Amino acid sequence: MTKDELKATIIDEIGNIAPDADLSSVSADADLREAFDMDSMDIFNLVVALSQRLAIDIPDVDASHLVTLGGGTEYLAHRLGL
Amino acid sequence: MGTFNMPSLGADMEAGTLVEWLKHAGDIVHRGDIVAVVETHKGAIEIEIFEDGTIAELLVSEGEKVPVGMPLARIAGTLQAPLEHAAPPGVNVAPPRSPRPNPVIAGPVAGRASPVARRLAAEHGIELSAIIGSGPGGAIVHADVERAIAAQPPARQRPGLDLGQMRLAIAAAMTRSKRDIPHYYLTHSIDASVCTKAVEDYNAARAPAERILLGALLLKAVALSMREFPEFNGFCQEEAFHPSKGIHVGVAVSIRGGGLAAPAIHDTDQLPVGELMAKMRDLIARVRRGSFRSSELTDATVTVSSLGERGVESLLPIIYPPQVAIIGFGTVQQRAWVVDDQVAPRPVLSVTLAADHRVSDGHRGALLLRRIEELLGEADRL
Repeated sequence: MTKDELKATIIDEIGNIAPDADLSSVSADADLREAFDMDSMDIFNLVVALSQRLAIDIPDVDASHLVTLGGGTEYLAHRLGL
Repeated sequence: MGTFNMPSLGADMEAGTLVEWLKHAGDIVHRGDIVAVVETHKGAIEIEIFEDGTIAELLVSEGEKVPVGMPLARIAGTLQAPLEHAAPPGVNVAPPRSPRPNPVIAGPVAGRASPVARRLAAEHGIELSAIIGSGPGGAIVHADVERAIAAQPPARQRPGLDLGQMRLAIAAAMTRSKRDIPHYYLTHSIDASVCTKAVEDYNAARAPAERILLGALLLKAVALSMREFPEFNGFCQEEAFHPSKGIHVGVAVSIRGGGLAAPAIHDTDQLPVGELMAKMRDLIARVRRGSFRSSELTDATVTVSSLGERGVESLLPIIYPPQVAIIGFGTVQQRAWVVDDQVAPRPVLSVTLAADHRVSDGHRGALLLRRIEELLGEADRL
């Protein structure tokens, strides 16, 4: 998996949670909670979905990396050794 | 011999369309079984039966629109008619969004489809009218729907959601509440160190899907407090309060794009917190997708409204009639807090109560909030 594919995976999972979100325009450092009105349960579900799809654990203390697309991509790339 | 009647799923419901029978003549039914799907202006609702027995005869066919209270089926083996169990009269709940993305509307426009096909289509958000049936008489069968699913563009579509209708129903319920219920309000700020730490500790050694959110602990604390404060747990109807034996906490769930529903988690007080979290997660997902059961919509005996992570300090909620109390939680905020005569930073959580003055007074309300504070202070043991 490349970093771009990883990013596409994250965008896909965000889309499952916020189907109405326009993901084409989101900047790497935008807070997803603000940009797409995602609440704690949405972020929780995103962490669960990504950890299952990528088959890695995402410790609870690291979940905060996933509130931006850029942060999430970097963090998960690091965890996957990309 | 009893009858199973069209339930009232809200004060503004006069009639419903029986979309689908899930049980048929000769079937044995148990209390809590889903026997039919009824379409109202709030969407398609799964209707449960509240008696044990055997279905003797279905009196209404699929697609028929019938008024509230009209018998839908005769039930053998029951001692009395299970009338009007689904909703206390006058109940007025915030509605779910239209559950089936493309609900099957009764009448001559709707094509014939097998129940299995209809269910599959609903699950995938496929409109039956867009499918050409290959079954007898042009009826839509399972394989037709499967073909339609395969042909569907992969683009995600927001399911049809009638926010206008939902807004009208919320307006009706809240107007009724503000008109009929003499609310009083209490607010209290509590040190949330123990409960936020309890969540961290709980989650540290668990896989993502097994973790909990603070919201689950808050529900648990409220549910436990109700055991000692029964005057906040039940219904007020015709100026008489009926306390509820069961503690079914309604969870106010906001819906993307606007809208709100507050279905119940049954026997909230008896659930271990991990299980409670799982139920909450399932419920929120179903609210947003729209698949409800009639009892979830009408059974809440008290409601919790929580602002979550991105809210503000506190909220002053409005009671859902015919309930008599609603508890609000603000967003946890770092605040200066006095501990042992020293100012220290602490996560602070505001908890508020709106309660019905026909049933309780501020003194008991204050004791209730204190008890919730105490329970959250022992959250590591919840």
